[in-house]
Amino acid sequence: MNDKNDNILIRVNSLKTYFPITKGLFSRVVGSVKAVDGVSFSIPAGKTLGLVGESGCGKTTVGRSILRLIPHTSGSVEFDSKDIFSLNKKQMQRVRKDMQIIFQDPYGSLNPRMTVENIVGESLGVHGLVEPNKRRDRVVELLEMSGLSGSCLNRYAHEFSGGQRQRIGIARALALEPKFIVCDEPVSALDVSIQSQIVNLLQDLQQQMGLTYLFIAHDLAVVEHISDFVAVMYLGKIVEITTARELFSNAKHPYTKALMSAIPQPNPSRVINRTILKGEVPSPSNPPSGCAFHPRCPIAEDACKCNQQKLESKNDSSEHLVACWKA
Amino acid sequence: MSEVLLKIKDLCVSFDTDDGVVNAVDGVSYELRKGQSVAVVGESGCGKSVTSLSIMRLIPSPPSKVLGGEILLNGENLLEFSEKKMHSIRGNDIAMIFQEPMTSLNPVYTVGDQIVEAVERHQLLKGEAAWAKAVDMLKLVGIADPDIRVNEYPHQLSGGMRQRVMIAMALSCDPKLLIADEPTTALDVTIQAQILELLRDIQKRNNMSILLITHDLGVVAENADYVVVMYASKIIERAPVEALFAAPAHPYTKGLLASLPVLGSDKERLETIEGSVPDPLNFPSGCKFHPRCSIGCKDKKCQTQEPPLIENGYARAVACWHARL
Repeated sequence: MNDKNDNILIRVNSLKTYFPITKGLFSRVVGSVKAVDGVSFSIPAGKTLGLVGESGCGKTTVGRSILRLIPHTSGSVEFDSKDIFSLNKKQMQRVRKDMQIIFQDPYGSLNPRMTVENIVGESLGVHGLVEPNKRRDRVVELLEMSGLSGSCLNRYAHEFSGGQRQRIGIARALALEPKFIVCDEPVSALDVSIQSQIVNLLQDLQQQMGLTYLFIAHDLAVVEHISDFVAVMYLGKIVEITTARELFSNAKHPYTKALMSAIPQPNPSRVINRTILKGEVPSPSNPPSGCAFHPRCPIAEDACKCNQQKLESKNDSSEHLVACWKA
Repeated sequence: MSEVLLKIKDLCVSFDTDDGVVNAVDGVSYELRKGQSVAVVGESGCGKSVTSLSIMRLIPSPPSKVLGGEILLNGENLLEFSEKKMHSIRGNDIAMIFQEPMTSLNPVYTVGDQIVEAVERHQLLKGEAAWAKAVDMLKLVGIADPDIRVNEYPHQLSGGMRQRVMIAMALSCDPKLLIADEPTTALDVTIQAQILELLRDIQKRNNMSILLITHDLGVVAENADYVVVMYASKIIERAPVEALFAAPAHPYTKGLLASLPVLGSDKERLETIEGSVPDPLNFPSGCKFHPRCSIGCKDKKCQTQEPPLIENGYARAVACWHARL
């Protein structure tokens, strides 16, 4: 997608991440969980790609594989014209400065024994970006950018509410002035009134600092709001990818349609005309033959059981790719 | 309108903590009619779960204490019942499903054992008959191969199936009232849609009442007849579902609805409610919402006097000095 655009910050090419299934005393490998099975996309600088799908579809694994937080199986990731997977440890550490992550769980992702100053400032020391005597000023600046006050410096994570902790996580991610941030479900653990504060903050920061986001979430409404492009994943594969506007007005893949119709809308007078998917997401260790979605698909045919359609454009626009025979 | 099944009157519940007494529920009143669905909405810590646990008398005392009020089921006050009498009410008349289907099922018993336990206790079924009932219940909630699944342990089931088992267990004794505390929060949207449809189906069939506790306003809009909005231990607004979504009266309800991203809208920015939920040990003076309210933060009256919940006679009520119904 967007190959004409030279301004691509990150390009992922047929990324595969398999986890081995082991058995017995000597951990014999008896199979593999294909968590990510050939995912490709690219994100232009300063834009947001939303990655949606149900739990277990591999969206978090994509985010972590890109950052090399978990080892990939094959494929390549080109970040800022560098092939991430071919870098050695030292080179990778330098690149890490430009790629950060914000985690879902604001409770589990902050060290309870560290003060806010150390949580946010730790990486400044590691990368030697700020002289030690100026570190405190920089941390205060980062906290204020994230909507917290400088008086939090000496407090511990447990003293903050969920929304405030998420702000600390954001300040930590911003410390190194990254170009790219993986936001892994940053608002799903938060209360409704706090969610919108964090979403607005992420958008403001993107504008101020020209950040590029990979926004992973299961809440389609939030994703539509924040993203420029959206990729829908099912069982380790992208089934549809296009601009946010196009996806929500003109979804093609039956899975995307079902996912969108399943969202309850805050409008009691709306007539509910819902395609309820039967069954559940199959196990990625033993995915169905052909199109992985066919056992749950309302329009599947015999052909869908044997052949997997590639992700391809259905009309002339190269912006909208769908992996479905019938779309 | 059908008769009233459950009526909560002026319920006050407090907790003794090391740092002082927390009033978790403060003067909450609402009622639930037969066959009706009432949703209680609010953010974490607003007291919505404590209210529902009080109905079941499931909060340990101490540290909690019911300071006052009545919970009337068919006109009888549950708070005055002996523990033994409560045993026969729980499961039989009122059943509950919880948010976390993994932690609320016992991992060392099979699914069947757990359903049979409830059936044997409350219905005069024993042995094979009880077991057959368990299989029937699993079939009712849409579990494929119920006669195989009945012998499986909770860890062998997916999240959606575990929640179905919870529902099967809750419904096994045909309760009149089902309390569903965030029944779908831990589930994916496609599974959520399945579970909610199942609940609506069973409700219609059995004329059961549902008390739905949730923070998801989309779920509320599609599944409730009547909505109770709680903030900082109190009800701040009550209304029939259409009226609430069409014309929210309290600034907090307005803010909540406006802050939701809605599919297909072109909003550039989301509205927000500034600040965060107040600490229950240290509630603000006057209206508890005033520090976050665009009107209240400037108004002397809001800062000093707490607004009462005023009814307008059309089943609507709001607690705000500036709201008009």
